Amino acid sequence: MSDKPLVEMRNIYKRFGGVHACEDVSIDLMAGEVVGLLGHNGAGKSTLMKMLSGAYPADGGEIYVDGERAHIATPRDAQDLGIETIYQTLALADNLDAPANMFLGREIMTPFGTLNDDAMERDARQVIARLNPNFTNITDPVRTMSGGQRQSVAIARAILFNARILIMDEPTAALGPHETAMVADLIKQLKAEGIGIFLISHDLHDVFDLSDRVCVMKNGGVVATRRTSEVTQDDVLGMIIMGKLPEENRGETAPT
Amino acid sequence: MTTTSGVTPPRESAADRFFRTAELDTRMLAMVIAVIVIWVVFDLMTGGIFLTARNLFNLAVQTSVVGIMATGMVLVIVARHIDLSVGSVLGFTGMVIAFLQVEVFAINTAWGWPLAILAGVAVGAIVGAWQGAWVAYGGVPAFVVTLGGLLMFRGATWLVTQGRTVAPLDPNYQLLGGGIDGSIGATWSWILGLLAIALMVWWSLAARRKRARYGFTVKPIWIEVALLIVLAAAIVGFVSVMNSYNKPRTEIPRGIPVPVLILIATVLVMTFVTRATKFGRYVFAMGGNPEAAELSGINVKRTTVMIFVVMGILAAVAAVVQTARLNAGTNSLGNLAELSVIAAAVIGGTSLAGGVGTIVGAILGAVIMQSLDNGMVLMSVSSAMRQVIIGLVLIGAVGLDVYYNRRRR
Repeated sequence: MSDKPLVEMRNIYKRFGGVHACEDVSIDLMAGEVVGLLGHNGAGKSTLMKMLSGAYPADGGEIYVDGERAHIATPRDAQDLGIETIYQTLALADNLDAPANMFLGREIMTPFGTLNDDAMERDARQVIARLNPNFTNITDPVRTMSGGQRQSVAIARAILFNARILIMDEPTAALGPHETAMVADLIKQLKAEGIGIFLISHDLHDVFDLSDRVCVMKNGGVVATRRTSEVTQDDVLGMIIMGKLPEENRGETAPT
Repeated sequence: MTTTSGVTPPRESAADRFFRTAELDTRMLAMVIAVIVIWVVFDLMTGGIFLTARNLFNLAVQTSVVGIMATGMVLVIVARHIDLSVGSVLGFTGMVIAFLQVEVFAINTAWGWPLAILAGVAVGAIVGAWQGAWVAYGGVPAFVVTLGGLLMFRGATWLVTQGRTVAPLDPNYQLLGGGIDGSIGATWSWILGLLAIALMVWWSLAARRKRARYGFTVKPIWIEVALLIVLAAAIVGFVSVMNSYNKPRTEIPRGIPVPVLILIATVLVMTFVTRATKFGRYVFAMGGNPEAAELSGINVKRTTVMIFVVMGILAAVAAVVQTARLNAGTNSLGNLAELSVIAAAVIGGTSLAGGVGTIVGAILGAVIMQSLDNGMVLMSVSSAMRQVIIGLVLIGAVGLDVYYNRRRR
């Protein structure tokens, strides 16, 4: 594994009207690494990731992929760099079936220039079977599917195109315990394949279980980024709630 | 597997299971039944006039203009937009076509009227692009843009000739309207009908083979055969009805009228566009979830412009049929057509919430609307009363749909 980061976001700014959603945020991600992003609602985690996935353009700052300056203005730009995103809202067109959603914008075509639905269904079935073997009604409209199935479709879409960088915004929010475990296994497997993963989650246990480093955000800024092995859950909670570094925390509470 | 987050399928009745294995659209079936009921009731109430070859022939021709535009309106509404200007655009493009062929190009030449049609279609496309650009890039709601368009292009229709009616039109051009000679005769009608059946059989066999090759489940063969038989019977029935209406004071059968052929061609092309092209897929994705479409990297703005371009072109095609049928370009061409077109699409199952709709459904919607109007004319219902009733039917049809959808959830 090279020591050059897969992704580096430097001094990122984003404003919505008068609200500073991200202020001077810097973060990096190595190949085969999981970085957990933590923070309250509105801390800026999703906004930061949406700039990486091309959903919003950044107002300031630079993004480097493989050490090279990347210009990500649209979702297509991010896709071309191998960045795939599982959005918190899942971003599925409810009226279409699973293969149509998974290949949306990147359809497989026949030699005659028409949609090759059968080929898309075949590939979709392969990927979905890897996630959830019980999920076979994939050609029904997504609207009729259960929350877990919809989540599976969103995850399957992200891994279908051999992503190198995966952004997972609350990937297990709609899942039961069984499927959550399956997603955890998947993350470990993808990590072993050398894929870098940003994991946004509210579930501290998940994050501690899966991530190599945690990055805590508060009010649009980064409180700190730490190796997961070097902090406790209480440390992280202190960072999330009070924006205090573990060192300060320990300093204050240290016995006299 | 115990806790796979409630993937237990909802309980199915035997009927549901049948429709699912047959991959039959229950909604489409309900509409076919509605058409049959309407026809039988009108036939009884008019003492057998409704279901004569002559009336069905007229009904088919009357449905063409609205049907052609309704196929485009499906795309517009599926993408969560609306187009109120189609009647005026029909008027404007129709007037342009009539004016060009009669007063600019030489009339009664082989090239004058085809060139006029091309020009009209180009005008329709430009009008569509203009309106689509306002919606997509200008961010003005389609309702407002096309409401403006409704006024603008009605005015523009008048301006083409300062209100003068342009008539008569080229005799060859008139054939496109389905007048006395505007049909293809018995032999060609049978040839086309049999060709359609052959294509249909070949198509469904090819689709089965392809699915089987990928190892997917295919419909049971008996259901496929039964469906094909029903559709083939419908085609044979249609051709024989069109062939049993003779030209006046002769024994020469008319056959399928040209406007109906134009409608069928439009339906085929538009069904292909919605089912087999990226553009069609993107239109449905945008209607289902605009944000998801954007995040998938779809160029939503360009697709929106394309939708209105297609609608403009179809309004021009409808204008050809309408002017050819009237044998004139007039100021009132396509007046209030937008309402019939939107109603046809909506009765045909296109959801105003976006994302849902079929081309064939819209045609059935157009047939229902036109059948009601035609039947009431035969019963000598006043035009005022017809409007009241058709308005009520529109509300009722959508109300039923809402009720049906709510129950299904």
